[in-house]
Amino acid sequence: MRIAVGLGKQSGEERLERQGVSRRDFMKFCTAVAVTMGMGPAFADEVAAALTGYRPNVVYLHTAECTGCSEALMRMYKPYIDTLILDTISLDYQETIMAAAGHAAEQALEQAVNSPQGFICMVEGAIPTAMDGKYGYVGGKTMYDICKHILPKSKLNLAIGTCASYGGIQAARPNPTKSVGIGEAYADMGVKVINIPGCPPNPINMVGTLVAYLKGMDIELDELGRPLMFFGQTVHDRCERRKHFDAGEFAPSFNSEEARKGWCLYDLGCKGPQTYNNCPVVLFNQTNWPVGAGSPCIGCSEPGFWDDMTPFYKN
Amino acid sequence: MSQVIKAPQSNYTGQVVVDPLTRIEGHLRVEAEVENGKIKEARCVGTLFRGLEIILKGRDPFDAPHFTQRTCGVCTYTHSLASTRALEDAINKPIPANATFIRNLVLAMLFLHDHLVHFYALHALDFVDVVNALKGDPVKAAQIAASISNRKVTPDDYRQVQAKLKAFVDSGQLGPFTNAYFLGNHPAYTLSPELNLIGTADYLAALRIQVKAARAMAVFGAKNPHTQFTVGGGVTNYGALTPERIKEFTDLYRETRAFIEDYYIPDLLAIASQYKVCATYGGTRNFMAFGEFPDPGGERDLQKRWLKPGVILDRKIGKVRDMDPEKIAEGVRHSWYEGDKALHPYEGETVPYFTSMGDKDKYSWLKAPRYDGIAVETGPLAQVLVAYSQGHKAIKPLVDKVLGALQIGPEALFSTLGRTAARGIEALAIAQQIETWIKQYENNIITDKQIVENYEAPKSARGVGFVNAPRGGLSHWLVTDQDARIANFQLVVPTTWNLSPRDGKNVPSAGEEALVGTPVADPARPVEILRVIHSFDPCIACAVHVIDGHSNQVHKFKVL
Repeated sequence: MRIAVGLGKQSGEERLERQGVSRRDFMKFCTAVAVTMGMGPAFADEVAAALTGYRPNVVYLHTAECTGCSEALMRMYKPYIDTLILDTISLDYQETIMAAAGHAAEQALEQAVNSPQGFICMVEGAIPTAMDGKYGYVGGKTMYDICKHILPKSKLNLAIGTCASYGGIQAARPNPTKSVGIGEAYADMGVKVINIPGCPPNPINMVGTLVAYLKGMDIELDELGRPLMFFGQTVHDRCERRKHFDAGEFAPSFNSEEARKGWCLYDLGCKGPQTYNNCPVVLFNQTNWPVGAGSPCIGCSEPGFWDDMTPFYKN
Repeated sequence: MSQVIKAPQSNYTGQVVVDPLTRIEGHLRVEAEVENGKIKEARCVGTLFRGLEIILKGRDPFDAPHFTQRTCGVCTYTHSLASTRALEDAINKPIPANATFIRNLVLAMLFLHDHLVHFYALHALDFVDVVNALKGDPVKAAQIAASISNRKVTPDDYRQVQAKLKAFVDSGQLGPFTNAYFLGNHPAYTLSPELNLIGTADYLAALRIQVKAARAMAVFGAKNPHTQFTVGGGVTNYGALTPERIKEFTDLYRETRAFIEDYYIPDLLAIASQYKVCATYGGTRNFMAFGEFPDPGGERDLQKRWLKPGVILDRKIGKVRDMDPEKIAEGVRHSWYEGDKALHPYEGETVPYFTSMGDKDKYSWLKAPRYDGIAVETGPLAQVLVAYSQGHKAIKPLVDKVLGALQIGPEALFSTLGRTAARGIEALAIAQQIETWIKQYENNIITDKQIVENYEAPKSARGVGFVNAPRGGLSHWLVTDQDARIANFQLVVPTTWNLSPRDGKNVPSAGEEALVGTPVADPARPVEILRVIHSFDPCIACAVHVIDGHSNQVHKFKVL
């Protein structure tokens, strides 16, 4: 029997109501953020109005990661990344694109985190905690120590991607480096984190959260620390192939007439019912998403998906 | 222009450490011993260990491409493809021609994307002084741009870039340019203000065009980074058979190609002509390429690839040896793993053994792969040298054209400049070829609509997948057990070849060798180290890995 597992049967709205968020509030928030994310015409003006002329300092740290989230961020459009980093924020430290290296880069980081105006911290990657953090170094310091120094001072911490949110791939069994997400690594220090999971996250979800914060909006989170405006509904709920699921039309294999006709991929392992994300409606790169390319959802915005959702091609 | 300019050089003696070495993928530290302004010896240090292959053990081989793709988000797709090819090699059955067509098109777009992003976003700031661009004359810059390319630019375009840049600089918040080596008149930055202006304008333009190049990959590949359409047996995207998707891909490809032809290659030549000094350092001696873009219908036949595999030793252009996979072995004598034997990837075994950061004996998480015991360079320069030597009909004329334009001989290719030029040549050759592949694909799908075969994971089998990634030769080695699960999985990765530590015979890697003799004009701002290392386009997340051997040995993680 095929079932929609877990919370997937609940609509996003029901789930929100359960958490005390009314539909009206939710829609208001979604509309406002959608506009700021470039889905409406007035993105630049809105952001400009929210800012005082001083571009907020942002430091973007890389820990145990693959740089896929940075690459995803570079795929942002409306605004394009050059607008974001030249006009909107002051991206003072980001190892993938910054000009400075070595000591000069470390100095740039120190300057930013001591800015009188404060700073926002984005982290891509998990924190290796085994062996006192010695599985990961930058500039002669462990990643664990660098984040311990910086995250408590930050005005806002954004965990970019599933690694920073929940540990990600290096935390998959047997988690050789005892990697964890930043929220877990520094929970005892009271570090507050907004998680933007995904492997990689949609850049709209990253920039949308950042902009919502810069505009002073309240950002409602689910129990896993994810903004409800992006992660409030399952992939399954909004999947373009949902009608086939409901009609009991499933592809039994990739090389089949049913797959060719675009039927539901549940029997090929699709994890859409257990996965909260907005991929089917926001799309990636403005054009496509895994199920759109005939590939079952692997549940990449859920904690522990490398263990809990595998084998990926089986349900 | 033909005279060789002497490199600016200090009389500094001592150690120079660059950590973090930025504008790469991953975490790299370079330690250089400088004597009288020149690097005498160098160590490349990978500073992060994640242990992905330990994690792969016992899993379904069909899942491996998803896991290995997360080795790296910059080289996205290449690992997914290598793992899939390894699985298909273990299955030992063919895949549909359309699957190879579609994979080739997505991989080809990755080359265009990756090389573009490397040149502008990762490498250009080693040569281009963004702030000095404010002093450039927009009229002269437009004249230069018109003289080197077909692009349509006006002085007003450059005035706009300057206005935007001036507002940015005047704000006092330099963002990603904070503390850049070029600030405050660095002696090794020697471009004219006009070329700095052109370079800066195109740096910004490239940030936008790369969005479209990546989108082309997503048209067939679901998303970028981390495509999701390749599966053992073929591909899953029936949408790729539709005229709408093919047109969408083709339009994005053509726009990207136009940028490569009108901006990337002319900018590369213009900048290189002012930095011929970079042809005097950064060279290596031995090269290895795996070839790429298989013939549809023959996905696993290395000899039928559009670019062929091969090995060149001692800089002997014209003498290409066959690449023999049996001659690949990885050592760990100077890596943070136990043991000192060099083992073939199928036999690989590793136990992490960290000593300390800054140790000169064991000093990196990268292992040390060698070909027939020799340290080789892989990547665009290796592939271009192999293809040039073989008289490849697309590559050879482009190499001759570039050498002619720069008025340098083939020996100048063995350098930082040669490596960066080869990347442009590879991008242009592939860009010009894609049009043909699209036509062949469209022709094939008139009668053939199959894109995938249904295969099961094989029991007790072995398979290898070779990919020539944008960063060079990548191989994945898979062994399955009697339950068709992963018993052993190893990645031998381009940057591991290029930037590994010394091997058991104390021979440095290609990257460490390339740094020797490199001048350092200002030890506090060692831009020359960045130039040499960036010319390899390193990817450290890819390069650091560890494999569990056949021994079922429980890993002990030493706490020191």
